[in-house]
Amino acid sequence: MFSFELLLEAILFGVLLGCFYAAVSIGLSVSFGLLDVPHIAHPAILVFGSYCTYLLGRYGLDPIIAGIVLMPPFFLLGMAVYRFYYETFEKRGTDTGVRGLAFFFGLALVIEVGLILAFGVDQRMVEADYIGKSLVIGETRIPWRLLVAFGVAVVLTAGLTLYLSRTFTGRAIKAVAQDEPALRLMGANPVRIKQWAFGIATAVTALAGAMLIIVGPVDPSLDRIYIGRTFCVVVLAGLGSMTGTVAAGLILGISESIVLTQFGASWAPAVAFGLLLVVLGIRPQGLFGR
Amino acid sequence: MTTRGAGFWIGAAVAIGLAGVAAGVIKNEYFFFAAYPILMYVVLSTAWNILGGYAGYVNFGTAAFFGLGAYTSVALIQSTGAPLAVQIFGAAAMSGLLGFGTGLLTLRLRGIFFSIATVAVIFIMETLFINWRYVGGATGLQLLRPAPIWPFESYIKMLFVVMAVIVVAAVAVARYIENSWIGRGLHAVRDSEEAAECSGVPTLKLKVFACTISGALMGAAGAPMPMYLSFIEPASTFNLNYSIGALASAIIGGTAHWLGPVMGALLLTSLQQYATVNISNEMNVLVVGVLLVVFVVAAPDGILGLLRKLKRAK
Repeated sequence: MFSFELLLEAILFGVLLGCFYAAVSIGLSVSFGLLDVPHIAHPAILVFGSYCTYLLGRYGLDPIIAGIVLMPPFFLLGMAVYRFYYETFEKRGTDTGVRGLAFFFGLALVIEVGLILAFGVDQRMVEADYIGKSLVIGETRIPWRLLVAFGVAVVLTAGLTLYLSRTFTGRAIKAVAQDEPALRLMGANPVRIKQWAFGIATAVTALAGAMLIIVGPVDPSLDRIYIGRTFCVVVLAGLGSMTGTVAAGLILGISESIVLTQFGASWAPAVAFGLLLVVLGIRPQGLFGR
Repeated sequence: MTTRGAGFWIGAAVAIGLAGVAAGVIKNEYFFFAAYPILMYVVLSTAWNILGGYAGYVNFGTAAFFGLGAYTSVALIQSTGAPLAVQIFGAAAMSGLLGFGTGLLTLRLRGIFFSIATVAVIFIMETLFINWRYVGGATGLQLLRPAPIWPFESYIKMLFVVMAVIVVAAVAVARYIENSWIGRGLHAVRDSEEAAECSGVPTLKLKVFACTISGALMGAAGAPMPMYLSFIEPASTFNLNYSIGALASAIIGGTAHWLGPVMGALLLTSLQQYATVNISNEMNVLVVGVLLVVFVVAAPDGILGLLRKLKRAK
């Protein structure tokens, strides 16, 4: 049955979900899109962020504040991961493809199993005033948790976009992505800039992880499905494009939401992966590709 | 070359013979239940290595090809009650077709895009089979094992010997590819794709060929799975753990030679079976992850590379 109101509602939820998807993908947009690191472990770090938020939440910290508190340690974690990746793979040069991928795949697995060993396979959630309540407009009920995540997502995405286009370091990060040898000739150290950028990407992912657990309960194997969502957004966006990331997030959010209402929940997980395959087949450079 | 070739085939015949003798002599059914996955992973990682090791394209989608093979069997059993041999060939054909399609769609792109696309294929397959009621849907399907064929006294022993035959077939295919011009072409792709293309190597054709063969072998490995478990269900059939196991075995063993994935799978899966029984299921996955990271970082050429270094030092 097709109903116009149902479609409108699906689009509304799609927009909210879409901004959230953009926010969970934006770290990957920097690490994979700009820095060319095959960061398959990004979703695992996202879920790790959610669990850290959950831990801090048990001490009564609001999940958003917890996400912000987590940013500095995650920044350092990201720098360390990149440094390690650089020293062991990029620096040696040959064959980063297979080994780099296998390394991040293994890392994702270790994080996932580590979380299972520490917290078990049960779903975890956080508590806050805005979780469980809804904003009622006419016939539609919009859960506050979605609205809060939407708000944080918008601020996060806008902030990162401004940082990359307006500040000196941000522009340096973009320069590394465009032409690394040229940057080296200018006397800048591309490795240090990339390390900084990877730190930023990981810090942003920590806050995104906090939103992930606000939006819904989290379990350790959730990262597997988010491989599809985050890479779909980043590839559809065109590697490293921030505007593209938001547009791609919206496209994914709206399509998923429409499929959910029209065909049912069992088809929804395939939307991101299907879209990803279609993009790779038809337009691998994405919407706003360089 | 001919004497080495003869040695290989004698070894293969001995391996199958040993499996047959074991089926006749060993009375404990559990032995075969535990040994079957080890052989299965030998096939999976040998198949993975044809594309991943020789050509350097990392396939995360082993579970998709494996699972499609398993479900092809189920569909054949449900519709016609086909015998095991037909199931295996049918499964290989379907998974080969999937490999061909996936390869054609994404092997033009840089390696990482292919890798991500293969993850996507797993989840799309899983969703399709969750929504296909005929083969059980999300809840799964209970299957009855038919009577074993003479001379086997139990079905699980038969599956064990059948898997041993598939192992030999898979290794023979991998070895043939490795030593032929196809293998040399794939190696050239791995070292530098541009250079290979410029020297007239038909890179895309070779990659798609490797992806098809690799997929077909994974499908064949999956075909007996429903009967092994006498049950099928999408979430565990299309589990990423199969992908991880296949990839990790090949990389830990060493990807340059067909012996690498065989050794890697024998070692890793035995260790995993031991860990599952004696410690916990999570531990067995953790073992794979940690070993994978350690090997990729510290011994990038795997056990084979370590052995070679040892030989050179002497």
